[in-house]
Amino acid sequence: MSQAPERTNLGHYALVVVLALLATGPVYIMLMTSFKNQVDMFSRVPLWIFAPTLDNYSVVLFDKKFDRYLFNSLFVAIISTLITLALAGSAAYAIARKDFWGRGLVSYGNLMIRMVPPAVIAVPVFALWSRWGFSGRFEELWGLTLFYTALNLPFAIWLLFSFVKQIPEDLEEAAIVDGATPFQVFRLVIFPLMKSGYAVAAIFTFRIAWNEFLLALFLTGRKARTLPVAIQGFLTDEGVEWGRIMAMGTLIVIPSLVITFFAARQIITGLTTGAVKG
Amino acid sequence: MKSLRAALSEGLIAYAFLAPALLILVIGLVYPLFTTVQMSFLDYQMGTPWESREWVGIRWFEKLWSDPNVWKSFWVTLRYGFWVVLIEMIVGTGLALALERAIRGASFFRTALIMPLMVSPIVVGLIWRYLFDARTGMINHYLGAWFGIDPVPWLADPHIALTSLIITDVWQWTPFIFIIVLAGLQAIPKEVIEASTIDGANWWQMTFLVKLPMIKSVLIVALLMRIVDVYKVVEVVFILTEGGPGLETELLALHVYKTAFLSQNLGYASAISMLLLAIVTVLSLFVLSFSNPMKTKSDF
Repeated sequence: MSQAPERTNLGHYALVVVLALLATGPVYIMLMTSFKNQVDMFSRVPLWIFAPTLDNYSVVLFDKKFDRYLFNSLFVAIISTLITLALAGSAAYAIARKDFWGRGLVSYGNLMIRMVPPAVIAVPVFALWSRWGFSGRFEELWGLTLFYTALNLPFAIWLLFSFVKQIPEDLEEAAIVDGATPFQVFRLVIFPLMKSGYAVAAIFTFRIAWNEFLLALFLTGRKARTLPVAIQGFLTDEGVEWGRIMAMGTLIVIPSLVITFFAARQIITGLTTGAVKG
Repeated sequence: MKSLRAALSEGLIAYAFLAPALLILVIGLVYPLFTTVQMSFLDYQMGTPWESREWVGIRWFEKLWSDPNVWKSFWVTLRYGFWVVLIEMIVGTGLALALERAIRGASFFRTALIMPLMVSPIVVGLIWRYLFDARTGMINHYLGAWFGIDPVPWLADPHIALTSLIITDVWQWTPFIFIIVLAGLQAIPKEVIEASTIDGANWWQMTFLVKLPMIKSVLIVALLMRIVDVYKVVEVVFILTEGGPGLETELLALHVYKTAFLSQNLGYASAISMLLLAIVTVLSLFVLSFSNPMKTKSDF
């Protein structure tokens, strides 16, 4: 029986191109709009070819506060990613390899807690925020870091768990026979073999923390404001400053685009773990 | 059999490995969730000191039960969820089946498809708000120029606003289904496909009797994960419509958020959170009954 796929291949490739354009089009339009001047932006017919200008970027970048927003976003995203990875790896190892009382509870609890909507967390966190006395720029940034770490840990643990599972147990047993302590086993045997897992976990953790909006909007004062909160400030009642929004949107999306181009394989691993391998 | 002593020491070591992560999870997630339960029985307004709280028993739950706005937003969430999940599952799965062979090696396509998933939700909301804009938006312009359709008030018309949100969600999340289903299809052993080809299976038989049944669990997990995600959506709607016009696009999670931060009623917002948590918990139990990747034989 012939499946005769060859004849339809041209149609397939056309479909692939159309889909790729649909997926990237809106992002491309943002990029394009960010280089338009006021006149071109409100031209009656959308302009695809125009004289690009950096005006929008200079307004956004030379706003005195941009570097502060950028710093704040980098701070919470990088530090919470580092802490998440540091804690999730050993926790995943314990759940995957050790027998202990409460193991089932921990693994189920971890998966359940992943499903909690962030909006539900935002409400009590807001109430706790003032009771715990987070105020001032760096206290707020550390506070956000704490909650981003907590929000990211369940997914990171779950992801790294599946990577630990793939490591043959013989390797650990050999190390134990050679007299390695449990911590040496983790540090010298497991950890080096999980590097690709850490890379995947880092991408997803960074993405969540870098993009997070709900908690940041109401928890941070002016000084600890992050980029996603700042961009929303351009949606004013007097009018929407699309040029600046698109310029800042492009700047916010840059890390994600870089990751998408250079780590597509890792992203796909992260998206499919559990659904496919589970 | 391990000796008791070995088992004890293994347990202690496990706790040592777990403790730092558990500590953060308890402070940052479990304790806040506990506070939600507590606040759902309190009259506590935003901006007032914690000492001013008052115990009100189940008053918020009574209010919730008879609050048309809560049920309205629950209904909006169900409709939104039904359409986005249905469309994304069918389109995502269909495309994965159609393109499984064609995109071998087409890594540019893979990269292009991941893009909507990686863009920050806030930025997704802003881009689509720009595209949907009734007067200057590109969508209306090209609908008019190519099809002669009058400008559509995408985000302002109560009958259309939810559809606009659904379009945005489908744009963002169909790639997710596509990628998962594709990975599932590629994990089907070659022998199975070869054997059914030899047996003379045609395309339809191959798809509906061989491939789809073999990735059934992948489809179910993807479906359930998307349903759970629907109850998390806030940012995109917040930017596109803020729940309006009226309450036509007020998804449940957004309703919680607005009750807490705009109406400033943290007690009532907590009670609605409990409803949301109950729904998500039931859904999660379904997910876990189909796939618990962290389960091992020693689980109890």
